[in-house]
Amino acid sequence: MNTTYTISIFTEDRIGLLNRITIIFTRQHINIQSITASESEVKGIYRYTIVVTITKEMVEKLVKQIDKQIEVLKAFYHVNEEIISREIALFKISSEALNQNELFTKVVNENYAKIVSVSADYIVVEKTGDENEILSLFNSLEKFGMLEYARSGKVAITKPMKTLTTFLKEIENNSKTNIKHFNK
Amino acid sequence: MKKHNKYNTEVTGAEALILSLLDENVNDIFGYPGGAIMPIYDALYDYMDQLNHYLVRHEQGAIHAAQGYSRVSGRPGVVFATSGPGATNLITGIADAQIDSTPLVCITGQVASHLLGTDAFQETDVVGISMPVTKWNIQVTKAEEIAPAIAKAFYIATTGRPGPVLVDITKDAQFGKTNYEYKKCESIRSYFPHPKINVDEIKKAAELINNAKRPFILCGHGVLLSSAERQLLAFAEKADIPVASTLLGLSAFPPQHPLYVGYLGMHGNYGPNLMTNKCDVLIAIGMRFDDRVTSNVSKYAKQAKVIHFEIDPSEINKIIPADIAILGDAKEALDLLLPEIKTQKRKEWLQGFDECNKIEYEKVIKNAVDPESEKLRMAEVIDKFHKISQGNAIVVTDVGQHQMITSRYYKFNEPNHLVTSGGLGTMGFGLPAAIGAKVAKPNEDVVAVLGDGGFQMTIQELGTIMQSNIAVKILVLNNNFLGMVRQWQQLFFDRRYSFTEMKNPDFIAIAKGYGITGKKITKRKDLQEAIFEMLESKDAFILEVVVENEDNVFPMVATGASVSEITLE
Repeated sequence: MNTTYTISIFTEDRIGLLNRITIIFTRQHINIQSITASESEVKGIYRYTIVVTITKEMVEKLVKQIDKQIEVLKAFYHVNEEIISREIALFKISSEALNQNELFTKVVNENYAKIVSVSADYIVVEKTGDENEILSLFNSLEKFGMLEYARSGKVAITKPMKTLTTFLKEIENNSKTNIKHFNK
Repeated sequence: MKKHNKYNTEVTGAEALILSLLDENVNDIFGYPGGAIMPIYDALYDYMDQLNHYLVRHEQGAIHAAQGYSRVSGRPGVVFATSGPGATNLITGIADAQIDSTPLVCITGQVASHLLGTDAFQETDVVGISMPVTKWNIQVTKAEEIAPAIAKAFYIATTGRPGPVLVDITKDAQFGKTNYEYKKCESIRSYFPHPKINVDEIKKAAELINNAKRPFILCGHGVLLSSAERQLLAFAEKADIPVASTLLGLSAFPPQHPLYVGYLGMHGNYGPNLMTNKCDVLIAIGMRFDDRVTSNVSKYAKQAKVIHFEIDPSEINKIIPADIAILGDAKEALDLLLPEIKTQKRKEWLQGFDECNKIEYEKVIKNAVDPESEKLRMAEVIDKFHKISQGNAIVVTDVGQHQMITSRYYKFNEPNHLVTSGGLGTMGFGLPAAIGAKVAKPNEDVVAVLGDGGFQMTIQELGTIMQSNIAVKILVLNNNFLGMVRQWQQLFFDRRYSFTEMKNPDFIAIAKGYGITGKKITKRKDLQEAIFEMLESKDAFILEVVVENEDNVFPMVATGASVSEITLE
């Protein structure tokens, strides 16, 4: 049975490492639904968040293959219940929407979105939330004249996890004594 | 030649590379020069008294030679190639080394860094291309980054589950100046090659083994890689457990030992395949349940509890779920296991294997090694070669029927005496790999057993043998077919021999052109003497044996069948 998994990967800062990781997905014919990469709270350590919908068996093998890459510090996978995640979306709406100003403002407010830019031709609305919230706002805004729509990948914080710094200390000690295992 | 006061002296990046190799105790390099690696070759010119460079005839020859070198010596093979086509020609061998866990350090030249990404002459993104088939790779664009990259490369290639690494060095980095200082890499914070073995799991495994009625050991390449041969022997003897070997595990367990029951897999022995589905505890050591071993996994050892000794966490539960997984080095794990194991005798269980062996002997082996046919059969050639060399040769094979026949009929007395392309099945591997093996072990007999197809894929390496005086023996089993594919066409494609028949050249004349003596035989009466002549030759020698055209390798487990559905004819 396919489930949506969010894979969090902590890596060293290395050119090409993202390529090395995505190759593992390609090789197993797994489509990446969304991907984000940015520096973590620890300088020099990067965090990739990758969303896939596959079986549990597949995600287990996939994460082991990712973990095996030399410059990957650790990879985890989580189901939706174990994470707090958000995406951000920007909607560029025709300024004709202002002809129905009251209704438009109501839609924006009821969806906890905000207007971030207004010009003669268009209005830009920003919404942060989960995928469903964003899609629902998309549907509501479409009738006002959607000129452009951009959505980010998912960023996620896991609920049950050690802080990255404790975890780093652990693996640094382990690699010094050359011992592989630590418990996640 | 050059004696460098190498520390705290300014050197070029190219010289820093050479000094780094010396600091890693490298003696031998296989390579081929070209534009983007010229500064390195120029630096090498000053160190020819300290480093032996073997000039191959094609970069694929260099990489397979490095593989052969590594497989018999346990040391990493080192390869030089230039950018672009030089680098891409390495890819097949890198992929082969990756799947067969062979430590290699590949150095490729690259265009100058200001030309990267501009489609410059001989520019290829070799880091990108080699990414899926290397354990690790890196591009270096500054002279001062070369020594640390080489240190990491050797550390990564040789630790944990070994594998190939590639260091791509831009031409400006080779020309650049740096203060040379070498620090060996001893740890990388994101890499844990040496897992601490979980003693509780060892205890659980021992309990399962001690209570087992029909335990069965599968010995893989990992036993050789961790030099755990003695530990395996002690464990098998104490618990009286039969041992079968994977293709790459061959030579890890003494073949004449009463507990040795044979070779696993598609063309392996009858007993070990059949008994896989009869054992109650399957003990897999340093093997990865390749599909040529398991065949249909849904019908593989379903009745058995599985104990998997493995150093690579991603191999555990990848194909066959393990009831007990022991993550770590095979030798250390077996050392911990041995005191927990009870001494036992399992006469009845072992008898089952003996009976299978008798059946296989009667139905397959007898006629294969002592045939009634007029033409020579492959098995009798290998059997004779085994007897004459007394199982002491280092045997390097290519890929195909002759490879399976060699694995079945040559019995290796010493560890690391079979070099073969297992996972990737690379035709063309045999001849260059034998060259590398002979370079690593100049005092041993190294015999390349080749088919007529694979030989021609890297036949140009006869030039390397000539130039560097490498006394490799070449035994070609010529059936004028791509025999393994032909066998499948016969069995599964209604004898439609689509492009498997070969019109072959005069191999002996070709060898002669390279100054290599040779002999071609077609008759049984000449076989023994010809093998003697080949083995006794001080120089390289080629023996071409014309064999039965349509000989088949049996037993066989057909694709999709269960291991216990192995057929004998």
